Order: sequence, then C-alpha cells, then structure tokens
Amino acid sequence: MPAVKSNRPVNLSMGQVLAVNLRSPVAIASILHRVSGIIIFLLVPVLLWLLQGSLASPESFAHIRDQVFGNIFVRLLIWVIVAGLIYHLIMGIKHLFGDMGVAEELQSGRTAAVVAFVISAIGIVASFIWLVVL
Amino acid sequence: MKSAMGLTGSGSRDWVVQRVSAVILAVYTVIVFGWILVHPHFDYAAWYGFMMTLPMKIFSFLAILSLVGHAWVGMWTVFTDYITTSQMGPVANGLRLVLQSAMIIALLVFMVWGIQIFWAH
Repeated sequence: MPAVKSNRPVNLSMGQVLAVNLRSPVAIASILHRVSGIIIFLLVPVLLWLLQGSLASPESFAHIRDQVFGNIFVRLLIWVIVAGLIYHLIMGIKHLFGDMGVAEELQSGRTAAVVAFVISAIGIVASFIWLVVL
Repeated sequence: MKSAMGLTGSGSRDWVVQRVSAVILAVYTVIVFGWILVHPHFDYAAWYGFMMTLPMKIFSFLAILSLVGHAWVGMWTVFTDYITTSQMGPVANGLRLVLQSAMIIALLVFMVWGIQIFWAH
C-alpha cells in the first residue's frame, strides 16, 4: 500500500468502460446522442442539396420528387438522416429537462432514457415505413 | 489556458449557445417536417409558398446560424473528448487541429450555402 493516497485520475481500459456502460441505458442514450449528432453533421450537405433542389425551380423540384425520391437508396439515406434527427431531437429534449433538474437522478434518469428510447424507436420505425416502404 | 477552438472562448457561454440553438433547431425541425407530414403530396407552388414567406425565410436564417453554433460546440466536445494525447499519443494534438479546422470550414460552407438558398433570389 502506497504511503500517500494518490488522487491522480486513472485511465480505464476501453474494455472496462464498455463493460460498465453497455449495461446502463443512460450511457447508451448519451453515446448514441453523440453518434446521431455526428451523423447529422456529416449529412447536412444532403439536406441542403434537397432543400436547394426543391426550392430553386419547378423543374428541379420535379427532379428531386421523381428521380431522387424515386431511388430506394437515396430514400434509405434520407431515412438515416430523419432517424438521426428524431433520435437527436428526443434525446435533446430529455437533456434540456435534465438541465432543469427533471429526471436526472439515478432511477428517474434511467426511466427517462428508456422512455426516450421507446418514443425514438416509434418515430424511427414510422419514418422507415413512410420513407422506404411506402 | 482557454480553448483556442471552442465557439465563444467561454465554456458557460458555449453551454448557453448549445441550448438556445437546440431550441431554435427543434422548433424549426418540427415545423418543417410537420408541414411535410400534413401535406403528403405537396407540389412546388405549395412548398415554395410555405418556405419562402418572409417569416420562414427569417426562421430558416436563424436555424442555419443555430446549426453552425450547435454543431461547432457539439463537434468541439466530441473532438476534445476522444482525440486526446492520453488515448492516441502526441499525434492527437495535430490531428485534432486538422479535424477542428475542417469542421469549422465545413460549417461556414453550410452557412453560406444555406443562406443563399433562401436569400439569393
């Protein structure tokens, strides 16, 4: 035992970090909030391109509607963006509630994470049906 | 030392920017996607007529600025959490500078692109 108790921070291995966090809905909700934010950031050009094409002229609007949305792979890509937006939005609202002191304790935080997962999942499945299946 | 590449140079100010921009983006997203949901087979005239009214042009401008602020703070947080010397060694400092610079340049491009969609004509 060391003579002086060390207060220096310890870097845990990635394996230990994952073993603890993958059992916590709060931690999973948090890391996916980051992942969804990164995905949205990377795909903003696709949104701007759709926005530009849909507003520039009736001809470019028709091109976006028929050619772009007519392609199943583009619709899948747009669904990824929409799913990311739904998840990021729902978790962002949860985060703002947490900032206000609502549902930020251990048990209430877990409940809030699970509720946010369920709401997001419903939205993500519904958007899949709407964008890809129909 | 203060962060060189955070948005405002103040952690608490970045925190506020992150929240205010989040609310603007959330309301904007719900309004635009809500309009699309209640107009399932809209044509160009309806879409243009909705998005190009002055209130929506101003709201879109605010949303684009919010996106820049929100993504800047968010991506800065991600880069400074994961691209670190304790996890990657000394190469992390240079890599983080490159990634942060690329992120900021991309956001400025998004900003000009987004504004010109609504205000160029």
